[in-house]
Amino acid sequence: MTTTDIRAGRLSQEQLAENFSDHHPPLNSANAIVESDRCYFCYDAPCIEACPTAIDIPNFIRKISTGNLKGSAKDILTQNIMGGMCARVCPTEILCEGVCVRNTHEEKPVRIGDLQRYATDWFFESGETLFKRGEPTGKRIAIVGGGPAGLSCAHRLAVLGHESVIFEAREKLSGLNEYGIAAYKTVNNFAQREVEFILQIGGIEARTNHVLGRDVKIDDLRNEFDAVFLSIGLGDVNDLGLKSDDPEGVYNAVDIIAELRQAKNLDELPVGRRIVVIGGGNTAIDISVQSKKLGAEDVSLVYRRGAQHMSATWKEQEFAKSNGVNIKYWLSPKSLHSENGHVSGVEFECTKLNSNGKLSGTGESRFMEADVVFKAIGQSMQDTIFSGSDIPEMTKGKIAVNSEFETSLAGVWSGGDCVGSGDDLTVQAVEDGKQAANSIHQKIMQQ
Amino acid sequence: MADLSCNVAGIKAPNPFWVASAPPTDKLYNVERAFRAGWGGVVWKTLGIDPPIVNVSSRYGAVHYNGQRMMGFNNLELITDRPLEDNLREIKQIKQDWPDRAVVVSLMVPCTEKDWKYILKKIEDTGCDGVELNFGCPHGMSERGMGSAVGQVPEYIEMVTRWVKECSDLPCLVKLTPNITDICHAARAANAGGADGVSLINTVNSIVSVDLDLMAPEPTIDGKGSHGGYCGPAVKPMALFMVTEIAKDPETNNLPISAIGGISNWRDATEFIVMGAGGVQVCTAVMHYGFKIVDDMIDGLNNWMDEKGYQTLEDFKGAAVKNVKEWQYLNLKYDIKARIDQSTCINCGLCYISCEDASHQAIRETKANGGRHFEVIDDECVGCNLCMFACPVPGCISMERVDSGTEYQNWTTHPNNPMRVDQN
Ligand SMILES: Cc1cc2nc3c(=O)[nH]c(=O)nc-3n(C[C@H](O)[C@H](O)[C@H](O)COP(=O)(O)OP(=O)(O)OC[C@H]3O[C@@H](n4cnc5c(N)ncnc54)[C@H](O)[C@@H]3O)c2cc1C
Ligand SMILES: Cc1cc2nc3c(=O)[nH]c(=O)nc-3n(C[C@H](O)[C@H](O)[C@H](O)COP(=O)(O)O)c2cc1C
Ligand code: SF4
Ligand code: SF4
Ligand code: SF4
Repeated sequence: MTTTDIRAGRLSQEQLAENFSDHHPPLNSANAIVESDRCYFCYDAPCIEACPTAIDIPNFIRKISTGNLKGSAKDILTQNIMGGMCARVCPTEILCEGVCVRNTHEEKPVRIGDLQRYATDWFFESGETLFKRGEPTGKRIAIVGGGPAGLSCAHRLAVLGHESVIFEAREKLSGLNEYGIAAYKTVNNFAQREVEFILQIGGIEARTNHVLGRDVKIDDLRNEFDAVFLSIGLGDVNDLGLKSDDPEGVYNAVDIIAELRQAKNLDELPVGRRIVVIGGGNTAIDISVQSKKLGAEDVSLVYRRGAQHMSATWKEQEFAKSNGVNIKYWLSPKSLHSENGHVSGVEFECTKLNSNGKLSGTGESRFMEADVVFKAIGQSMQDTIFSGSDIPEMTKGKIAVNSEFETSLAGVWSGGDCVGSGDDLTVQAVEDGKQAANSIHQKIMQQ
Repeated sequence: MADLSCNVAGIKAPNPFWVASAPPTDKLYNVERAFRAGWGGVVWKTLGIDPPIVNVSSRYGAVHYNGQRMMGFNNLELITDRPLEDNLREIKQIKQDWPDRAVVVSLMVPCTEKDWKYILKKIEDTGCDGVELNFGCPHGMSERGMGSAVGQVPEYIEMVTRWVKECSDLPCLVKLTPNITDICHAARAANAGGADGVSLINTVNSIVSVDLDLMAPEPTIDGKGSHGGYCGPAVKPMALFMVTEIAKDPETNNLPISAIGGISNWRDATEFIVMGAGGVQVCTAVMHYGFKIVDDMIDGLNNWMDEKGYQTLEDFKGAAVKNVKEWQYLNLKYDIKARIDQSTCINCGLCYISCEDASHQAIRETKANGGRHFEVIDDECVGCNLCMFACPVPGCISMERVDSGTEYQNWTTHPNNPMRVDQN
């Protein structure tokens, strides 16, 4: 019989500080020059196409090599106002760097993400300005949700001369950049520095602690504003779908990640000794690695399919393994065991793909002891937000939009994680917000 | 946003970046693309008198250095191989479509007044902004008494320039060949002939490499080769020197200069402008990467000007010329020493061996705590910079000024100088 072992301060403050420092230190200027010279300045470069925001990568890299850092930052930020954050968090191995032509013979792409960070870091340090608010149009747009999609939309609208009001449920802007992304990817309060930079342009009013469905109604926004942009992300967490209620010690990974991101003192966070994480995406990787970094002894990330099916990229899986996370594939959770109301372990059934390619249980089971279990099997749309208002058409659990990011409700656009435009990534959310702003501009200027 | 517009010898353009007379300016299709990309002007590929010349196949050679491709580039192409009328029609068209861009026409015809008159009449009708006399091409044409055969003889330069100025009002740039001992003679001759400006450099006589199996220079054409014209980043230092010489020469220091040679980015271009050029022309970098590179050129120059507070090119044009002195006027009291940043040193020993075998034995190797360690012996270091350049780690070795900064003495008054002048 084991007893639950959860406690704070497993590691010294110094150790924690080191574990949560920048996991990928920036390039210095000498290395940035060397790396920028590796770019071939390809014609019709595949990397541009692979970037959801279509940054002109060869151009911004060339500008680093010629010492034109302001021009470089401008190329990046004009296409992607969160180019600084994206340089830190984009899974470049499946985006720009994944298709860099230097993979072909060398398996060593140009370090596009690092170079992007070099140029944008320079910009943030320089105190330069790049964007001016457009001539006022007198139009006002309501933006619901101040994450990457919402902020990107607001900034582009400001460039185009419109005013916007962001209604944000949380205390701080920037959505999962602030409450989700792993701490060691975005150190030194970068998310908030980026918010500050975005708001600098003017014409963007932020109303935090405003929840759509509770404090504001979508119908009222549609009446009061020239357009509405919904960028509320995915507020709900998918459930394991097990029959029993969760005992104590079972958490939604995103909730704990948010707590961790906001924690003043990491050594005050309770950490389990043995941790089981159920899921296969970013969130699963992040909670596993962060648990390890907080001092958990034994972290198992359990996924019901194989490595190639995980939405976490090969690089993220490698990163987790190199941080001591045990990844177990082909196991599906069956039941949670508890002692005195607290979780004590998880029972899994082994799985395989049957002949018609469907996942099925083999009947064999495995048991894993755990002090804490994290659920990280995906998020979904919160359904309370539209209560008492017209509901936009949905598709696959997300808000349905056309290629212009318009919903079925007249005057309402939507983008980011809450629509199915692409992968649920920061960079995709930024692109959605930008494109939606362009579309809103087109429409409302005709009125 | 700074004002990048330029005026070289009366030829105006929205920015100082022009594409040089070469394959990228060979026809309407390319020039149209150049202008769309943002180039401020073009010098059309050199025209001649029909029938057009023919070119060989296998035309270019290149020097790749340390992973950088086309550090040096050479070619054995001649002037345009298209009929004169086709070129004239297209020049007229492009000028109509892009009135704000500079369209200069490069010319090379036999050394007779009649031929020059003939071609000038023909091109005046195109509406072009000026002409550039190609006295520079080092191969193929010079054997026929054109190109550098003219450019190497100052009297011919002056004579032909005068013919051109007599029968045409178009601004006239004379393009100089670097294959000459003193560029100033050529520039003075152009000036004397009435040229509105000079452009330089054309390509440098070269053999880039030899095929050791075929025993022939490259590029080889059916087992044989010929010398070609060298250009690209490798020639920039020579071009900068020649531009500077003309900008300094009392006889030509007011002569407008369109600088050419190894220019690949805004920084290269700016260096030529501060050495006196009114604008620049680019060939190899465009042939390597395409017209799109002008984006960084415009943007980079603009950002640099904003940063320095310059509003127009005139604000800094020629600003560095006054600091180019003859050796004998350099301060012999100025003293610098090499400094090794031990925190970035990788202990490769290249600084040591370069100084030990080739300079002043001013670096000491010590074995401290089982590891190697290199340090500068100040008393021996003459401040030559060799170790700094040999060091593979950028920024690891720097040079620090150690003299008082208040003393000055040059060679003209130095005790060791048998021909010194008395100080008082
Ligand atoms: C743990 C984790 C790690 C991740 N790591 C990465 C990564 O490394 N790289 C990467 O590219 N992507 C990563 N992602 C995905 C990325 O964070 C998202 O794709 C991105 O943030 C989506 O932006 P968004 O603006 O659509 O939504 P969100 O960032 O979720 O922002 C939505 C905003 O709307 C607000 N909101 C919600 N409901 C309401 C309401 N009713 N009223 C008012 N406001 C509301 C929320 O508070 C939030 O601020 C990660 C996600 C998670 C969960
Ligand atoms: C393939 C090739 C063809 C050229 N043809 C001409 C020409 O027809 N007329 C001319 O004046 N210069 C010609 N040049 C010289 C260029 O205009 C330019 O002076 C020279 O290449 C140096 O500039 P760069 O270092 O930017 O290439 C040619 C150069 C090359 C590489
Ligand atoms: S694919 Fe690679 S080499 Fe080519 S432009 Fe993009 S980053 Fe440069
Ligand atoms: S660059 Fe074009 S013309 Fe020249 S060899 Fe290649 S394909 Fe042929
Ligand atoms: S050359 Fe540079 S890196 Fe090498 S030993 Fe000398 S100082 Fe150190």
